[in-house]
Amino acid sequence: MIKVGILELQGDFELHHNILQELGYASFSVKDCTDLENLDGLILPGGESTTMSLLIDSFNLRKSILDFSKENPILGTCAGLILMARAIEDESKVNPLGILDIEVSRNAYGRQIMSRKENITIELDSKTFDMEVTLIRAPKILKINKSINVIAEIDNSPAAVFDGRHMGLSFHPELNGVTFFHEMLFSSSNILNFKNSESINAA
Amino acid sequence: MSKDQFNINVGLAEMLKGGVIMDVTNVEEAVIAESAGACAVMALERIPSDIRKDGGIARMSDPKMIQEIQKAVSIPVMAKCRIGHFAEAQVLEALEVDFIDESEVLTPADEHNHVWKHDFKVPFVCGCRNLGEALRRIAEGAALIRTKGEAGSGNIVEAVRHMRTVMNDISRLQTLSREQLVAEAKNMGAPLDLVIQVSESGKLPVPNFAAGGIATPADASLMMQLGAETVFVGSGIFKSEDPEARGKAVVEATTNFKNAGKVLEASKGLKSAMKGLDMSEIPESERLQERGW
Repeated sequence: MIKVGILELQGDFELHHNILQELGYASFSVKDCTDLENLDGLILPGGESTTMSLLIDSFNLRKSILDFSKENPILGTCAGLILMARAIEDESKVNPLGILDIEVSRNAYGRQIMSRKENITIELDSKTFDMEVTLIRAPKILKINKSINVIAEIDNSPAAVFDGRHMGLSFHPELNGVTFFHEMLFSSSNILNFKNSESINAA
Repeated sequence: MSKDQFNINVGLAEMLKGGVIMDVTNVEEAVIAESAGACAVMALERIPSDIRKDGGIARMSDPKMIQEIQKAVSIPVMAKCRIGHFAEAQVLEALEVDFIDESEVLTPADEHNHVWKHDFKVPFVCGCRNLGEALRRIAEGAALIRTKGEAGSGNIVEAVRHMRTVMNDISRLQTLSREQLVAEAKNMGAPLDLVIQVSESGKLPVPNFAAGGIATPADASLMMQLGAETVFVGSGIFKSEDPEARGKAVVEATTNFKNAGKVLEASKGLKSAMKGLDMSEIPESERLQERGW
């Protein structure tokens, strides 16, 4: 069974547990570096990126998450995406992990009154998937490394990105019960691909 | 407010889970709260313990002060309106605060009616002492419920009473048959559809936070273990001797509320907590929790 951890420092981790359960994956709470042992993947949930960034360092999780990211896929939604970025525009309150080679702007879609639902369409393996997702005080992806795949756009900006290993979303699929992204990243075939590419890289 | 808008507003409440929301009265305190790890701040002119001390009418804060705090921090900013004062709520919505707390801490503007929160796009949080009160507020459109506790007392006893009451009320509903739920809805003064929903799901239809009297890391852990999903700390942080250290300690204890070793670490060496009041020192007529209908 696929085992996925959720970083439970603060945020909407419960909703991610529900999505993993629906997919039949085993879900685990991660609050400490020992919690990362034996997991196949990790989710950085939505919530407040300043709070999570602070607690990642208070609880000495930074190095463990970075080490984990070298061998396993990570999914970040909203605040999780901000934490995964290489750089954050005009921002010193969050110390990002640099797992995805992107630059983001926090709260770029505005305050809560601007939060909204959005219909997105994704084309994958010549199939089309339509789904509804939610933007909550969402970040915008400003710059991406050319090697990174844009899976979905909102307002002509990349909103879902995948670098072949890790995935970052500016929106919340978990608020709409959308299982697509969790399945795409943590399916056994993708985890196998990840491990294979790792062994090739290592060789 | 459409059903979609309601879900979007509950969505922000979901993002605040597992965190600490701190009362702040100026930019300096807001910055301290943010760097201590608050997941949101409540901007208000006087914290509840000072409102209690000063007396007089407590109203919505100066929008300029709220605006300065909005500029200074990047986390969500909440603000309070008086119970039933929908014009204050309209002003706060125009100011684009992230959440409005229709709060018993301020002097009520209407002794019969709360704000009809469905008329707003901005989400509302409301206090409760029991499930009936919680469901009336949710029926009016609240996207988040908190216990009332006794604000500004530094005494956890009322928040515990209210959280236990809500949880007991929920458990009791789960044991009742449909015809009993009709009678119970009448007793509780709550809409039947919400009563049935709670009886089936075993939880409130919106997130359930704790507020009113939290002053220490162990207080936060206690409320989380009793079923709160986030804690509001009002006077407890900025009425203590070292707000930054205490703020950070409460945040760490909230994340690790089930881990006594971590709560122990967070509790060590903090300077004095706020002094606090025994409930016998607060005459019933001065209890803030009695406000709201």
